[in-house]
Amino acid sequence: MPSPLLILFRALAAALFHECLTSHAMSLELREIHKHFGPVRANDGITLTVEAGTLHGLLGENGAGKSTLMKVLSGFHSADSGEIVLDGKRIELASPDDAIAAGIGMLHQDPLVFLPFTVIDNFVLGSPGSWLLDRRQATDELAGLCERYGFNFDPDIPARLLTVGERQQLEIIRLLWLGARVLILDEPTTGISADQRAKLFATLKALAAEGMSVIFVSHKLEEVADLCQRVTVMTRGKVVGDAELPTPPERLVEMMFGQVLDTHERDDVPLGDSNLKFDSVRTASGLLSEEPISLDVKSGEVVGIAGMEGSGQDTFLRLCCGMRTPTKGTVSIAGNDLTDQHYREFLDAEVKFLPAGRLEEGLIEGLTVTEHFVLTDRDTNFVIDWDAARKRSEHLVDQYSIKGTEASTAESLSGGNQQRLLLAMLPAKLKVLLMEHPTRGLDIESADWVWEQLLARREDGTSIVFASADLDELLRYSDRILVFFSGRIIGELEAAATNVDEIGLLIGGRKAGAEGIPT
Amino acid sequence: MSGFLNAFGQMFDTATIASIVAGASALMFATMGETISEKAGVINLSVDGSMMLAALAGFVVAFETDIVWLGFPAAAAVGVAVALLIAFANIKLSLNQVAVGFVLFALTTELSRFMGNSYVGRPPVAVPAWDIPGLSSIPFFGPVLFQHNLIVYLSYMTVIATYLFMYRTRKGLELQGIGERPEAAHARGILVNKLRYFYTALGGALIGIGGAAFSLDVKLGWSDRPTRNLGWIVLAIVIFGGWHPLRAAIGVLLFGALQAYAINLIPEFPSLSQVLPSIPFPAMILALVVVNWKALLKWLDRYPFLRAILRSDPPTAIGTPFEVD
Ligand SMILES: Nc1ncnc2c1ncn2[C@@H]1O[C@H](COP(=O)(O)OP(=O)(O)OP(=O)(O)O)[C@@H](O)[C@H]1O
Ligand SMILES: [Mg+2]
Repeated sequence: MPSPLLILFRALAAALFHECLTSHAMSLELREIHKHFGPVRANDGITLTVEAGTLHGLLGENGAGKSTLMKVLSGFHSADSGEIVLDGKRIELASPDDAIAAGIGMLHQDPLVFLPFTVIDNFVLGSPGSWLLDRRQATDELAGLCERYGFNFDPDIPARLLTVGERQQLEIIRLLWLGARVLILDEPTTGISADQRAKLFATLKALAAEGMSVIFVSHKLEEVADLCQRVTVMTRGKVVGDAELPTPPERLVEMMFGQVLDTHERDDVPLGDSNLKFDSVRTASGLLSEEPISLDVKSGEVVGIAGMEGSGQDTFLRLCCGMRTPTKGTVSIAGNDLTDQHYREFLDAEVKFLPAGRLEEGLIEGLTVTEHFVLTDRDTNFVIDWDAARKRSEHLVDQYSIKGTEASTAESLSGGNQQRLLLAMLPAKLKVLLMEHPTRGLDIESADWVWEQLLARREDGTSIVFASADLDELLRYSDRILVFFSGRIIGELEAAATNVDEIGLLIGGRKAGAEGIPT
Repeated sequence: MSGFLNAFGQMFDTATIASIVAGASALMFATMGETISEKAGVINLSVDGSMMLAALAGFVVAFETDIVWLGFPAAAAVGVAVALLIAFANIKLSLNQVAVGFVLFALTTELSRFMGNSYVGRPPVAVPAWDIPGLSSIPFFGPVLFQHNLIVYLSYMTVIATYLFMYRTRKGLELQGIGERPEAAHARGILVNKLRYFYTALGGALIGIGGAAFSLDVKLGWSDRPTRNLGWIVLAIVIFGGWHPLRAAIGVLLFGALQAYAINLIPEFPSLSQVLPSIPFPAMILALVVVNWKALLKWLDRYPFLRAILRSDPPTAIGTPFEVD
């Protein structure tokens, strides 16, 4: 009869042994990976090593092939050729199943959750186990993981009610639950708030300390520098460099774009007359119903909008362009009262709105670049002159350096080029341009280029109002910043006289000092 | 007015209710089949034709072999064959499901007329009645549920099984996943297209069994296009049912009740005897309009429980092929 102490000792030893086995860090090697889509060589002989227990950054311009490489590594796509070596052993990844079994898990650029399904169903879907679903046990396990990583979910609500950041968190703990030892994150910071980002980074650092290998894909150099130990840079399907961090950011930019980019400093443009005016505007219920908004945007002015997602920015922008009508107050464009008019009348008054969802709301899947230009043309001829349209389209493709042709369909363009197409579709003359996340997901060069185009419009007296989650972008390009918090404007700041910390506090609902509060 | 009420009163006879349950078997099978197929993302638009050809196959095999049960696997095979054609055309050839389904509807309908010609008016073969011992003597529930035949019992057990499978098992959740967001299912290691073939075939088998249930149980024997239009009603009921097996089953019973009501009305309004049997079809469309009526749904938003029952979002990826390179 063994003593209870011995039993305890044995159990402990077994647990420790088990722990050693499962948390064993994995080193990863990709050798000569090739992957093409039709004529496009998305990955053209990529070799990459990720050391065990490290955070590894992956940088590259739009369309460089980062997502493709990560999808190959997670079994989503199968490579044309090349080897994947895990802990010195070559593995075959015929499907994502093989990758998960090998301990490789991927968080996709757009988190692949099932929106109408509940959180718990999303959690268990695809997991191995008995025929019958034991949702109660899964709920317990989810709760355990949530506690460990400091997340919080209601297991019974549909995933569509989660924010993008929460969907990511759900995916990450699901992958950990499935036993992922290599975690791939494809641009995880594009759609989430600063708070959620801080939480994500803390989690990733903790995971790496436990022996997890993390591959982190991003466009933001500061994030990579903040988080990773090593970084690999890709351009046009090839690896162009590798560096130990910290490395000066200029070197990384040079690797990515082959040159040091000179960022365009914005020069001031004299402000003119009022272009967009809100007089005590409010909605009946929900967001923006508590405090009336009064606001005056001058021609040539750039107004940035900050705030956590869903704090009322969407409603505000839609009020600006007639997609929503206020219940009280007046909205005027260049002195004309357009309060109860529709978007069409606002368009006629030279107001244009570029929504966040490029493919959902801005572009039409299946239509070519030329067809998009024809659609935006407010030409009244019944018959389309296709020859002229094609000529004009070719010219615009050239002028806006869209990587593609006039016959490319919208969805075949990479994210950055979709954004260029949207800009090319803007009417030449505009009074007010409203935008949501104008550079989300764009590489630095593209983002810089986009802003150069936008700021140039100020010369013609265009006012720009844009919402962004990127505080640096807000500070750099705005004259004035409005901060939204839970359905109202909590602060109005001069961009030149404020900083990231002050805006950050306001976004979280805390007022720093008493200045800058709208009357 | 009193005519409507008289006919309505008769609806509550035990015998009427029992006949609605018995008569629903064919639609029950086919509706479950279509629900499963659409949940997986594949619309089988050929139901009306597949059911017809399956009804013929079931009858012919049962008639020639004189073994009624052999009619069912034969009918299921026809349903599977048509369903696999749709799946193949969509998955491998990237053809439009609706177009292929419609062509197959026309083809199978004509095929059933042509091949069934010599069987018109042949003596029927019927599934033998079999009361479930014990259960059948319960008052009311006995006659309504347990005094039919094996096919009727199987029809409502299929509903329960479909429900339990979809919502209580791992495989069932995967089935919903491949119709909702195939790339997400793929990323979780689920073999999307293989399962789409499987569930379309399974759905086709049930549609086929529905056809055989019609010619061997509901309306015996073969005539010209006997199941005419039932397939379209199946498609409507799947939508009415919000792609939920239990709600769809209620839809089937509702349709059966409407049919019974229309028949009860005939003696009251003999002059309308030509029109009344077709009333259930527009009535079904009206029901569809009502359950999807925005104002009603908005009002129901205040009652989450009721709203959950009535919510009907189609599987998001329904009708779209899935490809990864
Ligand atoms: N499924 C696909 N079919 C056809 N072409 C594709 C597909 N996926 C990617 N591509 C092409 O492959 C190239 C690399 O794309 P990828 O998505 O890997 O780029 P990325 O580096 O992730 O860019 P981004 O920063 O914009 O996300 C692009 O030219 C893109 O158009
Ligand atoms: Mg990408």
